[in-house]
Amino acid sequence: MEATEVSVRASEAVAQLLACGITHVVWLPDSESSFLYQALQQAEAAGQLRVVPICREGEAIPLALGLLMGGQRPVIIIQNTGFFEAGDSLRGQALDFGLPLLLLIGYRGWHPDRAQMTDTAAIYLEPVLRAYGVPFYLLDSPAALPLIPKAYAEAQARRGPVAVLIAGEWE
Amino acid sequence: MLPYRDALRVLVAQRRNELVIAPFQAAIVWEELSTRHELDLPYYGSMGKAASTGLGVALAVPHLDVWVLDGDGSLLMNLGCLVTTAHLAPPNLWHFVLENGVYGTTGGQPIPGRDRVDFAGFARAAGFPRVFAFDELAAFERALPTVLARTPDAGPLRGPTFVALRVTAEQFPRRVPRRTTKQALPEVWQTVERIARETVAARDRH
Repeated sequence: MEATEVSVRASEAVAQLLACGITHVVWLPDSESSFLYQALQQAEAAGQLRVVPICREGEAIPLALGLLMGGQRPVIIIQNTGFFEAGDSLRGQALDFGLPLLLLIGYRGWHPDRAQMTDTAAIYLEPVLRAYGVPFYLLDSPAALPLIPKAYAEAQARRGPVAVLIAGEWE
Repeated sequence: MLPYRDALRVLVAQRRNELVIAPFQAAIVWEELSTRHELDLPYYGSMGKAASTGLGVALAVPHLDVWVLDGDGSLLMNLGCLVTTAHLAPPNLWHFVLENGVYGTTGGQPIPGRDRVDFAGFARAAGFPRVFAFDELAAFERALPTVLARTPDAGPLRGPTFVALRVTAEQFPRRVPRRTTKQALPEVWQTVERIARETVAARDRH
C-alpha cells in the first residue's frame, strides 16, 4: 500500500482519535490494528500527533504516564497478547495511580460466535479485563467507531483505563 | 567501585532543576539526600518501568532534563526500553544505571549475569549516541560536567545519555519509604505540568 492509500476506515478511526485531542499514539503493531498504520503515518507527517513505537507492550503504560505528566494526551494501541504481558504496568500504574488512558486492544482470535473462539488470547481477554475492573467496548464494525471518543471520555471521567477491543482484522 | 551513597551524593550536588525518577533502593537513598522533592519521583509501582516513564516525560517536555536512576536488576526487566529510547532519541534524558550486581531490596541476591553483563555495551548496541561507564568516584566526579551537558541539537550525536556506574552492593537497612509513588506523584505531576505550561508560554511569547 502506498502512503497515500489510506482506507476510509483507518482515516475515520484516526479522525476519532484526533477529535479526542490525542497527541501521542504509543503503539506496537499487531494484525488487528495494522490497518491504522498509513493513516497514523499521515497524521504524524501532518504534525497532528506523534507515533511512539515500543519494543514490548509492558513499556506502554509507564511511557504514557510520563506523557500524561507532561500534559500530553496519549492513547495506547497493543494486541491482547501484549496486554497480558503489560498486566503489571496496568495494575501498578494505570489502576493504582488512576491514569485516564484509552487502550485500543487488538482482539486476536475473536469470533462473533464466542463458542467458536479457540485462541486463548481471545478466550481470556474479557474475563481478565473484568478481573482488573477495566470497562471495555467491542469495536466490530465501522459503525462502532464512535465508541473511541466515548471510551476516551469515560477514561477521563473515571480517572482510569478504558479499553476498546478491535475485533477482527480490518482493511 | 563507587560507594553507592557517594555516587548519589555527587549527583545531588550537581543537580539543578532536573526531574529525577528513582526506583526502589535508589529512591530510598535519593530521598534522604535530595531537598527537591517536588521534582523527585520515587518509583515503586512496577519494577523495571522507571526508564519508560522517564522517556515519556522527556518526550512530553523537551526543555525539562530528566534523570532516571535505574538499578541493574530493574533494567534487566525492561531491556527493550534501551532500543525504544535510542530510537526516539530525546536529548534531555539521562539513564543512569547503578550496577551493584544484586537485588538490593530483597536481601542482596545476585542478578543473572552478574560481573559478565555489560550494561554500557547494551546501551551502545541499542543506539545510544553517548555512553559512559565509571567504576571510580573521583573519575565520575571529574567527568560530570561533560556527562551532564546536553548532546547536540542535531546530527548523529543528538540523543539520550547512558551512564553505567559500578557501585558497591551495600545492604541498606530496610525501611518504609519516605514517600510512596502514590504519595509523591500528585506534587511531582503538578510540577512537571507547570514546567511544560511555562515552556509553551515562553515559546508563544517569542
